Amino acid sequence: MEIVSKYFFRSEDSGDQIIFSIAGSKMSRLIALPFRKSLEIAYQSIRVRFFRSLVTTTSLVLAVAFLCYMRSSNDFAQALLNSGDINSYQILVKAGYDVSSGTDVIAASAKQRWIVTLSLLVCIVGIINAQLMSVTERFREIGTMKCLGALDRFIVRLFVLEALMQGLAGSCGGAILGVVSATISSTFTFGTSIFSSFPWVGLCYSMLLSIIVGTSLSLIGVIYPAILAARMQPVEAMRLEQ
Amino acid sequence: MAEKTIVRVSEVTKNFDLGKIVVEVLKGIDLEIEEGKYLSIMGPSGSGKSTLFNMIGGLDKPTSGKVFIDEVDIAQLDAYELAWLRCRKIGYIFQTFNLIPVMTALENVTLPMTFAGMSNDDAVEQGMTLLKQVGLDGRHSHKPTELSGGQQQRVAVARALANSPAIVLADEPTGNLDLKTGEDIIDLLKELSSERKVTVISATHDYKMLNVSDQVIWIRDGRVEKIQERSELEIRTGGLE
Repeated sequence: MEIVSKYFFRSEDSGDQIIFSIAGSKMSRLIALPFRKSLEIAYQSIRVRFFRSLVTTTSLVLAVAFLCYMRSSNDFAQALLNSGDINSYQILVKAGYDVSSGTDVIAASAKQRWIVTLSLLVCIVGIINAQLMSVTERFREIGTMKCLGALDRFIVRLFVLEALMQGLAGSCGGAILGVVSATISSTFTFGTSIFSSFPWVGLCYSMLLSIIVGTSLSLIGVIYPAILAARMQPVEAMRLEQ
Repeated sequence: MAEKTIVRVSEVTKNFDLGKIVVEVLKGIDLEIEEGKYLSIMGPSGSGKSTLFNMIGGLDKPTSGKVFIDEVDIAQLDAYELAWLRCRKIGYIFQTFNLIPVMTALENVTLPMTFAGMSNDDAVEQGMTLLKQVGLDGRHSHKPTELSGGQQQRVAVARALANSPAIVLADEPTGNLDLKTGEDIIDLLKELSSERKVTVISATHDYKMLNVSDQVIWIRDGRVEKIQERSELEIRTGGLE
């Protein structure tokens, strides 16, 4: 028991920094949670609560799909315009695109942008709501982890990693859904001519952008709930009845 | 073994501010707990024993007074040091088991070791040994929901001992268990405490605990009513039965 007391003393002269004398001990670091382990725990959490994660992710999938659909549709229209076909001009006007003569760039209309922004906003509120629920559901679990010596930042890290995984998976799903539906609907509006000038680069760029936006949304949505979870005192968690 | 004080509680009071009224839960508690003892804090519900227990465990801060663990005032510790204390020096056992539901029995036991910086292989090896010690050989891959209450509490005991703490704090460890299972857990705790020379402090109102305790602290109305040694106790319980 002598060794135990050696581990634990405050050094006065180094301010708030503590020095533990770890004579001949294999304990090199103080409190640690290796990144791989946190990844494992976060993955497990998602897997076990698959249905809940699915609901959280679905709102993201839909919002990202919508964003990606809008962009991809414009990509197709742009490709059609660039093809230089005389008919294409009329097809575009018929489909409701605002192509005044002389313009060679199709940009998203103000209305489109507004709707997309709105859907992303709704989505982020949904994510915050779902994550807050998930934090409340896990108060006891978080409290227990803190009793076992987890630092606030471990808790934040676990939630952020979970959100990152959900965000990536959801945005990828949404981006693919968006591109596929845009392809199908463009085939109906513009005809099979879109396949002769298939805008690969534009679509890839749209998908990438959607994935980045979606993942960021997921991360932004988790910040407040994660901080709330991390700040909680373990005793509060223990007091709650489940 | 030379008797050394591991926990010292000095003039601790705790008030809970409920807005309009302030409830005095602890009204000045002085205690000294020696190393290696098996100790029970007894008292009726609402007497403040859980509050005192939370103070000793560093889960809550006293309104006034000081709590020393191994002669370190825990009110002076920052979050990082407190986490370290909880991880290495104290093992917690709860009434509601509080295992992490998404993890297997083994992962629950190895989690504090991971926090303590132990390598995965070492942690798994030690976790298996601990699970064997608490009599859960072969159940390591089961999730808490696949274990009975008694078995979950055994996992919790193994987890509390993961980093060979100096103190094990048990808050009503038998509160959610039936008579027989409760007894098993008490015996297990007693056995492990004498084997590993761990100080066990349990808050309880389970009289079964008395038989194994070296010392019983009776709390009533926020004060220490009396402290009984084991020798005095046996007379008392003998008289009761």
